Amino acid sequence: MVNFLQHTFNGLVGGAFLALLALGLAVIFGMLRVVNFAHGAIYMLGAFGAYVLLTEAGLSFWWALIVLPLALALFGMALERLLVARLARLDPLYNFLLTFGLTLILQDAVKSRYGVQSSPYDAPAILSGTLDLGAFDFPAYRVFVLVIAIAVCVGVWWLLSRTRVGMVVRAATERPELSTALGIDVGRWVTPVFGFGIGLAGLAGVLAAPIRAVNPLMGADLIIVVFAVVVIGGLGSIFGSVAAGFAIGLVQAWVQALGEDWALLSQVLVFLVMAGVLLWRPAGLFGREEAPA
Amino acid sequence: MSGVEQTTAAAGSVAVEDQAAGVRAQARATAPSGDTPAPVGGTIVPRWLRWTLAGAAALVALWLPNGLYPTVAVDIACWALFAVAVDLLLGYTGLMSFGHAAFWGTAAYATGLAAIHWGLPFPLAVLLGALAAVVLAVPVGYLAVKRVGIYFAMVTLAFAQMVYYIANQWRSVTQGENGLQRVPRELFGLDLSDEYYFYYAALPIVAGGLFLVWRTVHSPFGRVLVAIRDNPARARALGYPVHRYKLAAFLLSAFTAGLGGGLFAIGHRFVSLDVLHWTTSGKAVIIVVLGGIGTLWGPVVGAAGVTRLEDWLSFAGFEQIGLVTGAIFVLTVLIFRRGLWGTLTHWLRRR
Repeated sequence: MVNFLQHTFNGLVGGAFLALLALGLAVIFGMLRVVNFAHGAIYMLGAFGAYVLLTEAGLSFWWALIVLPLALALFGMALERLLVARLARLDPLYNFLLTFGLTLILQDAVKSRYGVQSSPYDAPAILSGTLDLGAFDFPAYRVFVLVIAIAVCVGVWWLLSRTRVGMVVRAATERPELSTALGIDVGRWVTPVFGFGIGLAGLAGVLAAPIRAVNPLMGADLIIVVFAVVVIGGLGSIFGSVAAGFAIGLVQAWVQALGEDWALLSQVLVFLVMAGVLLWRPAGLFGREEAPA
Repeated sequence: MSGVEQTTAAAGSVAVEDQAAGVRAQARATAPSGDTPAPVGGTIVPRWLRWTLAGAAALVALWLPNGLYPTVAVDIACWALFAVAVDLLLGYTGLMSFGHAAFWGTAAYATGLAAIHWGLPFPLAVLLGALAAVVLAVPVGYLAVKRVGIYFAMVTLAFAQMVYYIANQWRSVTQGENGLQRVPRELFGLDLSDEYYFYYAALPIVAGGLFLVWRTVHSPFGRVLVAIRDNPARARALGYPVHRYKLAAFLLSAFTAGLGGGLFAIGHRFVSLDVLHWTTSGKAVIIVVLGGIGTLWGPVVGAAGVTRLEDWLSFAGFEQIGLVTGAIFVLTVLIFRRGLWGTLTHWLRRR
């Protein structure tokens, strides 16, 4: 029972990363119809940035946690203005390809400077212990990650459902032309929303630095898993992406707990679930059916 | 992506031989007749020009290993097959597969295993590999064609990653990260250890694969694919089973990519996990876009260009090839969407 709790907890933490990344992808997709392939590379930049800030500027984890998501969000906004916006009128596949090219550039740029080996990064001292919450000792840092991730997800939900900005974004996501026709300046929010999604990926990266191996390829395979998560949840659905992220994280951890022999299943599980969802509900669990084709 | 596509098909010379016999009669009944105008952005290539091009291509192909390292020439031939296979889907069916490494890589492994364990002559091993790719493509394609556009790209990408993980874990067969080593190059006792001679031994397979795709694109079946690309709803309204056509194109594309992957395995005598990685799928798409989507010649030219460039970069001791290919790709997508061949034909047509 204690073991089960522990695996469940680890699953939730793993799911928190998937959920944060999927949330960023979903927000960007909703507003711009762009699937950002570079999301994994941005996550890597977040983690690597934390490592570089510590080793080269002596800035602690807490600085990284605040500075990097903001810096990456600005980077994302510049990216949107300079590159992504140029392809906005074309088939979304072109932006998918553009961000794929950016992924190659970002990964190899970091690789050429820092090599491919993993760099060690420690959790801040205050979070290095464990929390005794009755059942077993929870590693404090992982509890912290989970709390932050849930807070961010709730915060985004609040932003979208309770604020005027959120209303505009939701309107633009659901019916872009109609919103424009009604006099809502949709274009004004495109760049900030893109930056926000990128910032979320950066935040996930900083959070991952102390518990995942920090190397230039850390986001490369993860992004494919996040794509599958987003297909399962329904690409346009923000709630679906978050829910699917946590659910996949949980199930992965449970299967992994069965032992070494199940390692393959825990890796491919997300893709099997995706296949099942495609058979049963092609638009995703929480997605809306697009125009038939 | 229809805005940048050129169809080099001459509607007037649509022949009636068809790769997919099952759809033959139906496709012929509704195939565009001789005087139908070419699709928007399309050209009617004069017959003499087509033969001149084919002749020139044949000469270049025969000369290639004399002007380049034969190893590079073999690579170009393999990647040309791969890229043309991707273009059959991207340019002529409107489906961007971002997971074709699954078929290229599966064929590479299957070919390598057949050559190692059964000692098959290499053309037979390559054929077996390509068939293995088709077997894999049946479930993947069946699921993937349920989605279109960006979703199709993500779904194919995800399934390819699944194949990658399976190959990584299934060490007893794939040797995991060590890869399949010393893949033999058997052909009835002929000595093909020299890359120069192997290139010529492999050329018929490459030519056959390219011809297969070219023949398909210019068949009634291919015209239906283009119709589906341009307007799926109308194609369905005309009574074409859209999903089934897409799946057939997917299988054919997997077969062609498989031929390339099989030859790649024999050519390098080595199969590593890289053949299944998503960067390999992405590279194939890069080559197609750089060469020109929907042009068939374009992917071949793109394959030659990218392979040559990578060889030159690694020869110059430049390790971060992704920086260069990534930059080229970003620029291509931003300002050069017609690609090399597309720009050329566009320029010629305006004159």
